[in-house]
Amino acid sequence: MDLEKLKERVLTLVPEAELEENNQFLTFFIPAMKLHQTAINLKEDEDTAFDYLFCQSGTDMGKYLMVVYHLESTKFHHSLVFKVKTEDRQNPVFDTVCDIWRTAEFHEREIFDLLGIRFNNHPDLRRIFLDENWVGYPLRKDYQDEVNIVEL
Amino acid sequence: MKEVIHTPVPSVEEEEYHINMGPQHPSTHGVLRLVVTLQGEIVKKLKPHCGYIHRGMEKMCEKDTYPQIIHLTDRMDYLSAHINNHAVCLLVENALQIEVPERVKYIRTIMDELCRIQSHQLWWASFGMDLGGLTCFFYGLRDREKILDIWEESTGARFLQSYYTPGGLMWDIHPNFQKRTKEFLKYFRKKIKDYERILSGNVIFRERSRKIGLMTKEEAISYGVTGPSGRGSGFSCDVRKHHPYGLYDKVDFKEILYQQGDTLARYMVRMDEMYESMHIIDQLIDNIPQGDYSAKMKAVIKLPAGEYYQRVETARGDLGLYCISDGNKTPYRLKFRTPSFSNLSILDHISRDLKIADLVAIGGSLDLVIPDIDR
Amino acid sequence: MASNIYDNFVYSLTQWIHNGLYHMLPPVWALVVELTIIGLVFLIFYALVGLFLVYAERKVCAFMQNRIGPNRVGPYGIFQTIADFIKLLMKELVTIKNSDKLLFNLAPFIVIIASFMAIAAIPFAKGLHAIDFDIGILYVIAVSSLGVVGVLLAGWSSNNKYSLIGAMRSGAQIISYELSVGMSLLTIIILAGTMQFSELVAGQEYGWYIFKGHIPAFIAFVVFLIASTAETNRGPFDLAEAESELTAGFHTEYSGIKFAFFFLAEYMNMFIVASIAATVFLGGWMPFHVWGWTGFNQVMDYIPPSIWYIGKTGFVIFLMMLFKWTFPRLRIDQLLTLEWKYLLPINLFNILLMAFIVLMGWHF
Repeated sequence: MDLEKLKERVLTLVPEAELEENNQFLTFFIPAMKLHQTAINLKEDEDTAFDYLFCQSGTDMGKYLMVVYHLESTKFHHSLVFKVKTEDRQNPVFDTVCDIWRTAEFHEREIFDLLGIRFNNHPDLRRIFLDENWVGYPLRKDYQDEVNIVEL
Repeated sequence: MKEVIHTPVPSVEEEEYHINMGPQHPSTHGVLRLVVTLQGEIVKKLKPHCGYIHRGMEKMCEKDTYPQIIHLTDRMDYLSAHINNHAVCLLVENALQIEVPERVKYIRTIMDELCRIQSHQLWWASFGMDLGGLTCFFYGLRDREKILDIWEESTGARFLQSYYTPGGLMWDIHPNFQKRTKEFLKYFRKKIKDYERILSGNVIFRERSRKIGLMTKEEAISYGVTGPSGRGSGFSCDVRKHHPYGLYDKVDFKEILYQQGDTLARYMVRMDEMYESMHIIDQLIDNIPQGDYSAKMKAVIKLPAGEYYQRVETARGDLGLYCISDGNKTPYRLKFRTPSFSNLSILDHISRDLKIADLVAIGGSLDLVIPDIDR
Repeated sequence: MASNIYDNFVYSLTQWIHNGLYHMLPPVWALVVELTIIGLVFLIFYALVGLFLVYAERKVCAFMQNRIGPNRVGPYGIFQTIADFIKLLMKELVTIKNSDKLLFNLAPFIVIIASFMAIAAIPFAKGLHAIDFDIGILYVIAVSSLGVVGVLLAGWSSNNKYSLIGAMRSGAQIISYELSVGMSLLTIIILAGTMQFSELVAGQEYGWYIFKGHIPAFIAFVVFLIASTAETNRGPFDLAEAESELTAGFHTEYSGIKFAFFFLAEYMNMFIVASIAATVFLGGWMPFHVWGWTGFNQVMDYIPPSIWYIGKTGFVIFLMMLFKWTFPRLRIDQLLTLEWKYLLPINLFNILLMAFIVLMGWHF
């Protein structure tokens, strides 16, 4: 499916999406409330059929925390990126998508471990790389650690 | 405010007990801890504990320049070191719209395929050893030494070479490179028949791997299992075919797919991939054009602001580099989407109701490299 | 008639010692000294053969894996095992906190005693064996079954989940395969008509049983090889001590001399099983004779019977080592399936076939 048709289809499925221009893939910002519904729509719709979540990453953009989802369709071979953001740094929460794409289970644990973003309805949300009693979230830009990080 | 996160204790039914495999264990291939809940010999549940070799690569990358990141990616999946380096170089070259010389593309593709062969040789050696055929270990490693010798001559190191740089290569290949590679191909074509006789044709091996660890195509897609593990279930995910880079759109090779989804299928995919890699090298080795070994690059590399995603096919699967740049010489955020991380997530699901011996076979067939999981 | 030069020599030596002792000491003491001498000879023989077998295994393994094996300690590395043995003697005996101390210490001894008792009945040349029971084969099978008790005790008393799993697997395996071992030997007993070892060997004077009994004897030989490899926890059936799965199975917690006992007993069990195979199927110390070729037979007689015996046993041991280093391991349920669903019916059918052939006189 070519890019224009895909853009229209996504905007029909998810009217609240905001397009971000000039990116390698077709990129949309989605409001956090609509995350789960959007994910289900994108996977189950026959014209888009995004069944392969090939990357889920979290970033601390300074003002807000963002989670980026890279999707691909194994049937039509088109790709899509959608992002959700929140400005709440104390208690950032999103909906989980691991009931839709099972690979999200480990990716969301990693995002929780390194950035502190929680996910609702995740079956087993706990730290994956760091110790259980580690304090802080290392990938955040305001993370301080005199012991483990050597500032040059 | 100190947060205490309680690790949930797995619930225990009658006659169930926990066993701890690792982090030091002969067959988990690295520091991975698996807490296995067993009922007699049957595996009921499996919880992997990662993080024993977590070095914080993504945080380190935020302070390193792009050529320095290449040295970090070497150590991520050390058996596909060249291919990881290739990913970083392609990321920079595509972002800056730089065209590398043809010679560089040829050499990079040949080195990548040699890397894939040696990774599969080591996988075969340790898979045979895990199943009890200890001789396989020696045969696999003996043949792998030939590739390491070729690399040592051209790049200076046997392992973790960091040979590619953004724009080209560190230095040119040794004049003996073509001759030695051709000799290796001739030698290995004979030896791989031995591999098939020892393991693939052996009835004990087939009984231990047929119908063990079944993974359907939908499960592979949903769990994101790529590489030979996914292709053993019929999931067509070869990045070299779908998003070609280097010279992969100009050479002729097949994408190996098997439909059964068991350990034997994943095994056969890797064996056939070794043949395909040799076929690719055959097509390229005689035609390396003369030319520069590197394009002209500025001393300081700065990517324009924006987001970039680069995918390559390592020996384990689909490696993705997601880079958010704000115009400086270090990336703002660099995320590595590593194949072993997603491959590990399916281990619990496919080992349910199988025995410990099968768990070892499945772990071997998924070909996990632990630094790839933990970064 | 066969090998009369050599058995005269053995007979005269033993008679000389016997007469000398009875001459010098009162009868009771002479008996005690005689028994002590026999015991010592066997102990030394046991230890030496064990050491040699460990070295041989390492060399054969290296040969198959395209490398050299031990070659530093002594010429061609022949003192390697002695060096290893001294090292094992000097290791600390680690005691485990919550283990059953009596059983933990008893287990290696049971294993060694079981294999030691079995070696008493095997004939190495004419007249050269400790005891010649008239139920020789039955005795050997019975006594070597005692080893399983030692294995189970070792696994249980180690207070370690891995050891327990290993011991359970091993116990099930040994008990299942004893059946096949016994029945394949039974096939040859039907052909020979006797269980006594010396009679068995004497009966092979004009042809080894594997040739005399043609088809059923050959099938019995193959089944015996498979079953005895499983019985001694070797080769593709070594999941009780599968290094890559359970670290070391039932002997994980043992160190020093106790571990040396388990290790030695495994190799000696292999030797015993190979000796039984050589004696029952391949003629023991009897040279290779063909009925009617007297000239050929006399040439064969020049080679001493002990050399024949060692050669045949060595051949079977080499086969067993070949199995171990070539094949991957079987899983426990595949192993038990092999025994109960395949080997047992084949054995039963084979016994019937052999009985029928003996009845009709269709053997050589």
